[in-house]
Amino acid sequence: MRSAPAARWSRFLALAERRLPALTRMKRVEPLPIVLHRRRIYVVPTRFGLAYSAMLIVMLLGALNYNNNPALLLTCLVGAATYQSIFSGFRTLNRLALRSLKARPCHAGDVLRVSLHFDSASLARRALRMRLEMSAQAAGAPAALFDLSADEGTTVDTELRAPARGWQTIGRIRVWTEFPFGLFHVWSWLHPDFRALVYPRPEANAPPLPAAGSESSAAAMRRSGDEFAMLRDYQTTDPRRLIAWKASARHDRLLVKEFERPQGQEIVLDWRATAGIDSEARLSRLTAWVLRAEATRVQYALVLPHVRVAAGIGSDHAQRCLRELALAPQAGT
Amino acid sequence: MRTKSPPLSDRQFAFVAATAVAAIVPHLGHLPVPLTLLFSLIVVAAWFQRMRTHRVTPALVKLALVAVLPALVVVQYGNVFGREPGAAFACGMLALKLLETATRRDARAVICFSSFVLMSALLFDTGLLFTLALVVPILVLLATLRELETHPDGSAADHAARSPLPSLREAAVSLLIATPLALCAFVFFPRLDAPLWRTPGGDTGRTGMSDTMSPGTIQNLLVDDSPAFRVAFDGARPPAGKLYWRGPVLTDFDGGTWRRRDMPVLAPSEASVQTSGTIVRYEVALEPNDKPWLFALDVPLAAPEGARRTAEFGLIRRAPVTELLRYRVESAIDYRIDAQLSAYQRRVALALPKDFDPRSVALAQGWRRDLGADEAVMRAALALFHDKFFYTLSPPALGRDSIDDFLFSTQRGFCEHYAAAFVFLMRAAGIPARVVTGYQGGYYNSAGDYLLVRQSDAHAWSEVWLAGRGWVRIDPTAAVSPQRIELGAGAAAAAAGASLPWYQSDWVRGLRNQFDLVNRGWNSVIVQFNSLRQQNLLVPLGIPRADYRTLTALLIGTGTLLLLFGALWVMRTPRRRVDALDAAYERLCAKLSRTGVACSPQEGPLDLARRAGDRVARALLADYIGLRYASALPASEDVAGFVRGVRRWRPPASA
Repeated sequence: MRSAPAARWSRFLALAERRLPALTRMKRVEPLPIVLHRRRIYVVPTRFGLAYSAMLIVMLLGALNYNNNPALLLTCLVGAATYQSIFSGFRTLNRLALRSLKARPCHAGDVLRVSLHFDSASLARRALRMRLEMSAQAAGAPAALFDLSADEGTTVDTELRAPARGWQTIGRIRVWTEFPFGLFHVWSWLHPDFRALVYPRPEANAPPLPAAGSESSAAAMRRSGDEFAMLRDYQTTDPRRLIAWKASARHDRLLVKEFERPQGQEIVLDWRATAGIDSEARLSRLTAWVLRAEATRVQYALVLPHVRVAAGIGSDHAQRCLRELALAPQAGT
Repeated sequence: MRTKSPPLSDRQFAFVAATAVAAIVPHLGHLPVPLTLLFSLIVVAAWFQRMRTHRVTPALVKLALVAVLPALVVVQYGNVFGREPGAAFACGMLALKLLETATRRDARAVICFSSFVLMSALLFDTGLLFTLALVVPILVLLATLRELETHPDGSAADHAARSPLPSLREAAVSLLIATPLALCAFVFFPRLDAPLWRTPGGDTGRTGMSDTMSPGTIQNLLVDDSPAFRVAFDGARPPAGKLYWRGPVLTDFDGGTWRRRDMPVLAPSEASVQTSGTIVRYEVALEPNDKPWLFALDVPLAAPEGARRTAEFGLIRRAPVTELLRYRVESAIDYRIDAQLSAYQRRVALALPKDFDPRSVALAQGWRRDLGADEAVMRAALALFHDKFFYTLSPPALGRDSIDDFLFSTQRGFCEHYAAAFVFLMRAAGIPARVVTGYQGGYYNSAGDYLLVRQSDAHAWSEVWLAGRGWVRIDPTAAVSPQRIELGAGAAAAAAGASLPWYQSDWVRGLRNQFDLVNRGWNSVIVQFNSLRQQNLLVPLGIPRADYRTLTALLIGTGTLLLLFGALWVMRTPRRRVDALDAAYERLCAKLSRTGVACSPQEGPLDLARRAGDRVARALLADYIGLRYASALPASEDVAGFVRGVRRWRPPASA
C-alpha cells in the first residue's frame, strides 16, 4: 500500500526529468557545448516586477474609476511594453551556448580563474549575468555582467577559491538576465563536464633545496645559472621572464636568454627526504622545491612513492611534476 | 543571500532624474507657480548634489522637506485631498525622492512613482496632443529601466558611445511591439458602469459658465480658447445671428453680482412655449466643466435624458459634467415663451437692490415718464448704447455703484456690462427683465460638418417680458458692436481697435479651428469610449450586448493569442545561413550516402572521391574542391553550375 505513492512520485520525477531537464538534471554534468533552449530556461517576475505590477493595477483602477480613457490607454501601453519584456529576456538566453571552458592551474588556497567562452548564435545579447554557484555560496561574489555581439562570442572570466589540491570541479553555473527592464528574472543552469587542476600549496618558508650530487653549494648553482650564454628563439615552453624584450624588439621576433647550464648539476626532490611531517605538508614542501628549482634553472627529478619523474627543466617538466604532486594519493605516509 | 542594491552610476542617475522631470512636466499646466518653483529647485539641488558635491542630504533636512510639502499644498489648495492637491503632492514627493536616490532600488522606486504621476497628468487634460506628447516621458521611463539593467556606464564595448539615443530607440521599439497588446487590452478591458470612489472637492479649476455673474466673470472665459462644446446638426444649421446657446438665467441682482434663482416650474412647461417655424435637431458633445449646466440653442423644447428644464428654460443636470457628455436636443428658433407671467415671476423679474445706482434708476424712470411704451423705453436704452458706448475686452474697473459707473462714466465694456446695465434699466422702468448667460456663435468646421463653440464665445444677453409677446431676447451688445454677434468676440475686439496677441490672430485661429476636427475624432473614438459603447462593440459580430464576462473572455483570448505570437516568434529556430555551395555539397553527400558511401564528419571531399564509385559523383566532388578551396570567392555562374549538376545527378541504385 505504501509503495503506491512512492511509485507515483517516481513516475512524476521521470516525467519532470523528461520535460524539465534543468530542474532535475541540475546535479548532472553535461558535455560541452551546452546550448540553452526553452525547456531549460525559466522565468519568474522579480520583486521589482511584482511591485511594478501592483503600481500598474493602481493606475488601472484610477483610470477606470475616472473613466479616463487616455489614462487607461497609457496604462495599457506601459503594461504591455513591460509585460512583453519577458520575450526580450527569454531571447537573451535562448540558444546561448557555452562553447568552452578554460582554467589556468593554480595552487591550493589561491583563486582559480575560470574563463568561459559563450557563443552568441548570431544574436546580439545584452546584460547577461553569470555566477558560479560555488563562489556564490562561499561569499556574495559579484556576478559577472557581459554582453554578446551578434557575430562573435565572448569570454567571461570568473574566480573560484581553490581550497584543496587535486581535481577541482567548478559546480553549476547560473546564467541569468533581467534584461531589458528588470521586471523578469530569466535564468538557466549550466553544469559543464569540467574540472581544473589545483596544485598543492607551496610551503611558505621551505628549507633550501637538497644538495646536487656531491657539490652542495646553492650559491654556486645560482652563480652558474646566472651566467648569460646566448640568445635563442622563443619556444612555447620557455618561461616568460626569460624573454629578452629589448633584443626581441630589435629583431622583430621573440628571443630568449639562454643561460649557461652546467652539466651534472642535477638534484633529486625526493619524497623520502621530507620525512617527519604529515603527507600533505610533504607535498607542499616538494611543490615549493619544484618551483624554486624551476626559478633557479636547476635540473631536477621528482621521486614520489607511486611515481618517479626523470630529471629535466622547463615549464613542461614543472607542470608534469606539479601535476603528479597534485594528484598524489592522499593516504600514503 | 540578497546582496545590497548596487549604487547608480552618474549616467544612470541622469536617466532617473530625466524620468522624474519628464513625469512632473506634464503637470505644470495646473501646478501653481510657487510649487513649480519649489519643485524645480529640489530637482536642481538633487542634480547638483549628485553630480558636483557628492554629498548626502542630511536626514533631518529630508524629513523637514517631507513635512513642509503637505503644508505648502494645504496653503495652496486648502486641503491635500482631491485631484489637484493630490497630484501636486505626488509631484513634490517624486522630486524629493530624487534627493535620496543613490542605489538601483531607489531608482526603481522613482520609476514606479513616475509612472503613477504620469498617468495622473491625464486626469487634467485628455486632449489628443497632450496624450500623444506623453509618449516622450514613457520612452524616457523605459529607456531608464534599460539603463538600470545594462552596463552602468552605457555600452560596455564602446565607452565613447555615451549617447542616450540607442536606449531611447530601443524603448521606442519595445513600445511599438507592445502596441497591439495595449490596444487589445484597451478595447476589451471591462469599463466600470459607476465609479468605485469619487474625489472629494470637485473644484478642479476648469473653466466654464457659472451661474453667477459679477464684473470679470465672463472676461476670464473670453480669453480661453479651449472648446466648450461641439454641435452636429441634423439638418441645415441656423444662421450665425440665431446661434444663441442658452445657459443659466440670472434674475437676482444684489448691486454687484447677478445670481440664479431656483424657481419652481409652475405649469407643464410645454404649454408655455409656442413655436413657429422650423425645429432644429442636433447633438451636443459638451466638454467637462464641472458645472451642471447643459447648453442648448435658444429655446430648447425638452430636456435631454438625465437633465431637466428649469422654469427659465435652462437645462440643468443633477451631477456636474466631469467627463465629455453627449446629448440630443430639439430647439425652436422662433418661439414665444411665457405669454402669461405669474405675480411671483413678475416680482422677481422687477426686483432691484436698495440704495444702488440712483442715477440709472432716475434715468430709466425719466424714460418711462417721457416715452411711455415699453418698446420706446427699450429703443431709448439701445440708442444710448449705440451712440455713446464702446466695445472692449479690457474695460476700466467699476466702483460700488457699478451700473451708474458704467452708464455715466466709463461707457466701455463687453457683453456682461451691457446685459447687466440693460436689464437694470428695464427693471427700473418697470419692465420685467433678466440676464441670460451662455454662448453665442461658434465656428463651423466644414470638413467635419460640425459647429465648434469655444469658451471665448461666452456671452450674456437680456430678456425682457412684453405683454402679448412673452420673453423677448434683446442683445444690447449687438447695439454697440454688431460684429460681436456676426463674427465673434475676437473679431469685435479687433474691430474696436484692440490689438490681439499673436495666438489669437486670424490665421492661427483658422488653423486651430481646422485642427479641432482631429480633436473631435479623438474625443469621439477614445475619450468617449465608455461601458455603453463597449457593450455595443460586438453588435456587428452578432453579440447584442457584450457583458463583462464576454469582454473578459475576449481580453484573455486575444491577449493570449498575441502573447502566443510573441512566444512563437521568440522561440523560432532561425534559418541557417548556408551558402549555395555548401548546401549543394550537403545534398551531394546525402545522395552519396544513399549509394552506400556514408559521409562521416571527419571526411573531406577527397576522401569521398576516393570511395565514390560513380564517375559523375567524382567529377562533382572535384568541382566542389575547385570551387571551395581554389578561390576565395568562386564565380556565381560556376556555383550555379555545380548546384545544377548536383540536382541532376541521379545516384545509381546501391550495390
